Amino acid sequence: MLFSESVFASRFNITRQNLEAWLAEALSQGGDYADLYFEYLLTSSIGLDESIVKSAAQGVSMGVGVRVIVGERTGYAYSDDLSPEKIRKAARVAACIAAGPSKVDKFDLQEGARHNLYPVLVAPTETAFAERVELVKRADRAARAYDPRIFQVQATYADNLRYVMVATSDGVLTFDRQPLARLSVSALARQNGGPPQSGRAGGGGRVELDYFLTDHPPERFATEAAREAVVMLDAVEAPAGETTVVLGPGWPGILLHEAVGHGLEADFNRKGFSAFSGRIGQKVASELCTVVDDGTIASRRGSLNVDDEGHATQRNVLIENGVLRGYLQDRLSSSVMHTDSTGSGRREGYAHIPMPRMTNTFMMAGESDPEDIIRSVPKGIYCVNFGGGQVDITSGNFVFSASESYLIEDGKLTRPVRNATLIGNGPEALKYVSMVGNDLKLDEGVGICGKEGQSVPVGVGIPTIRIDRMTVGGTA
Amino acid sequence: MNGDCLRELAEGVVKRALAAGATDAECTIAEGDEFSANVRMREVESLKEAGSRAAGLRILIGRKTGSSYTSDFSEDGIALLLKSAIELAEVTTEDPHAGLPDPDELGSVEGDLRLYCPDVEALETSFRIETARRAEAAALDADPRIANSEGASFDSHVGRHIFANSRGFSGDYRTSYCSVGVAPVAKDGDSMERDHWYTLARGFAGLESPESVGRTAARRALRRLHPVKVETQRVPVLFEPTVARSLLDNLFEAVHGMSIYRHESFLAGKLGEKVAADNVTVIDDGTLPGLFGASPFDDEGVPSRRTVVIDRGVLKSYLLNSYAARKLGMKTTGNASRGLAGNAGIGHGNFFVEAGVQSPESILAGVSNGFYVTELMGFGVNIVTGDYSRGAAGLWIRGGELAFAVSEVTIAGNLKDMLMGIEAVGSDLEFRGSTASPTLKIGEMTVGGK
Repeated sequence: MLFSESVFASRFNITRQNLEAWLAEALSQGGDYADLYFEYLLTSSIGLDESIVKSAAQGVSMGVGVRVIVGERTGYAYSDDLSPEKIRKAARVAACIAAGPSKVDKFDLQEGARHNLYPVLVAPTETAFAERVELVKRADRAARAYDPRIFQVQATYADNLRYVMVATSDGVLTFDRQPLARLSVSALARQNGGPPQSGRAGGGGRVELDYFLTDHPPERFATEAAREAVVMLDAVEAPAGETTVVLGPGWPGILLHEAVGHGLEADFNRKGFSAFSGRIGQKVASELCTVVDDGTIASRRGSLNVDDEGHATQRNVLIENGVLRGYLQDRLSSSVMHTDSTGSGRREGYAHIPMPRMTNTFMMAGESDPEDIIRSVPKGIYCVNFGGGQVDITSGNFVFSASESYLIEDGKLTRPVRNATLIGNGPEALKYVSMVGNDLKLDEGVGICGKEGQSVPVGVGIPTIRIDRMTVGGTA
Repeated sequence: MNGDCLRELAEGVVKRALAAGATDAECTIAEGDEFSANVRMREVESLKEAGSRAAGLRILIGRKTGSSYTSDFSEDGIALLLKSAIELAEVTTEDPHAGLPDPDELGSVEGDLRLYCPDVEALETSFRIETARRAEAAALDADPRIANSEGASFDSHVGRHIFANSRGFSGDYRTSYCSVGVAPVAKDGDSMERDHWYTLARGFAGLESPESVGRTAARRALRRLHPVKVETQRVPVLFEPTVARSLLDNLFEAVHGMSIYRHESFLAGKLGEKVAADNVTVIDDGTLPGLFGASPFDDEGVPSRRTVVIDRGVLKSYLLNSYAARKLGMKTTGNASRGLAGNAGIGHGNFFVEAGVQSPESILAGVSNGFYVTELMGFGVNIVTGDYSRGAAGLWIRGGELAFAVSEVTIAGNLKDMLMGIEAVGSDLEFRGSTASPTLKIGEMTVGGK
């Protein structure tokens, strides 16, 4: 893409000379590095409840964030007004972090490398609303048709189209056009006037609207949500205390996101308060475990052509055969730690300072047959779906909450069990992984990761695995 | 822009929406300036400063709704805002309950709610940095085992909120807050634990001293060192006020009008029934001056008010906006809450458990073997069923005293039983946000450990 074709040049009349001048302004008080992050964001959403399309909304926001780095210090200012005087003012405010003479006076911005992971011609946000409204209506009909015990359905469709441009004092200029769409369905089931149970499902990615009209139709997510709600009608109390846990493939990969992913973000390790600090080269998992964070998978929710610091994303091996290999680095942490960025610098938007973040985090497939894994367990639980998770990166303790799981008795799945939280310790939990399935699956594309108040879309994945020992927070 | 200009803009957008074919319209404008200074290991780590504003519009054409937002206040931006909302009303479905509050329900709380203190804007940057630095220094100097820190912050925000609708309501108010927080890391041998503490107020004068925040944060981190994972067992569980607040977040979801009409709350259909122990009274009050859940009017232009939600164990009221009220055949409780786009949701004002008479020390003294929870993790609460299962850390109680640190355990039960099982409500009610609770003791829960 050429600079002159970008929305920022064509719509806001921003020139290369402008960018160079604003970077010079940002470094006018000194400083090692400065960058400008421009964002132009279009969003839309549709909500259905009680078979009525009750809401439809669309909007536009834009802004620029200016960052100046001096050693380990960051100055940041932003403006939601893209007029030259407001951008210059933001650059002057960000510059206040430094106190010295300007070091750089000339920039020669060159367009940086980027992938082409989502070559979406027409983004969902750019299609007719009526087509997208049909998705939630179809989801509603399918969930209700699944079983007469389904009595409430909610379906939400949301998409956005984000244009970003990053210009850095290292001379890099990158652009990206990032489409993202998601359909979510929740259903409530009830039998014989008893208490209701809920089920949820959803999916999406950096895709065209056609994604929801072909292989991933609304009916697929709707019946999945309805199925989970109906299954849970027969759920018994979950066990309490340590037991053997088998995780199903796909979304249960949230285990990796919480147990190791956050603890390997370089900012925490640079500052020395992650449970993984100083452990590179040490064994932190069983040798069956190889864990990867890969921002370069086509069309995935967590993928990016370039990160939010203008660095191309890459495939980063975090744990290789049980041994800790590397951290997720952004510009600031990598320069302090004298290494390279891993393309992991991300931010929620123009009003936010970038940090090392995950993209798509998953465990590589092993050799076990998933059915053999379940058969190997005399007593335990099998978890196939989860709600959210959380980690305390300092102690390493993490939780994730199972929304659909089953008792395993004598190698067989018997009863569904009620929602329960699983808790473990990051550097210890994966040491108890004794079997890894050959069925690696990535999640459907609904993940949102929160860190220090910033939310970004992410993906996870895992094959079926057996963990010999983990604490389950049930009541039985 | 000043408040009058923004109000004129909001009123103008509503008029133009009606002229363009809307039968009703609501316009929200939010404007704010934020400042944040972070200090780590006694050095400035980051400074952030900026302002922003945006407008949202919701229109009705008959019983069909459309909504839009923009951060572009130019004539083109406003024209697009109007066009987008009108266009979307075409694709939504007739909803017999869609609408605005009745004109006689609209209005504003009289008097000054003290939501804005000008001193927040007057502070020098160097003074803000110094305040954060003092708080972190107090933590670092408290004990040699406080060897590291996630840092300390000084944050402030001033904002203006404007709302106008086609039923004749137009209002605006300013808000401010500032806060100081510290997150020290305690280390001793192989054990490393982090905790935090903070102070938050509408104005600088309302903050606790940075030194006391730092010392409290250090004490909280130190007491977590060398935790033990206990055996799985059923014991009394005490929630310290910071985590007891999270039970109010759960309760709020359960009395949320939308959850009620959809039957996705374990409290649906329970109005007038006993749902909690006799010593439990829960109130939502959006009119308490200076507190963080106060506002003169809700996000539909209905005056904020005091609602008794649970009175001595009996469920008295749900929390409603006008839509949930129409669905349930009730009256709005002035709890509408919204972002810029979309229909109004429901939010709470100051939502709290009324203080009891027992001191937290005397509640503790009555427990021979139990768990004092100081941190909860994860999202394991199901409002539909009441099933409750969360990660927890805290201190074990032996013979009425805090004996040793506990972590990597779960606490589990069902919210229905937990509310009925509240055996003691402390006298230590303090507002550190828009929800607040004194110390609570629940008779028995399952602690999942070894």
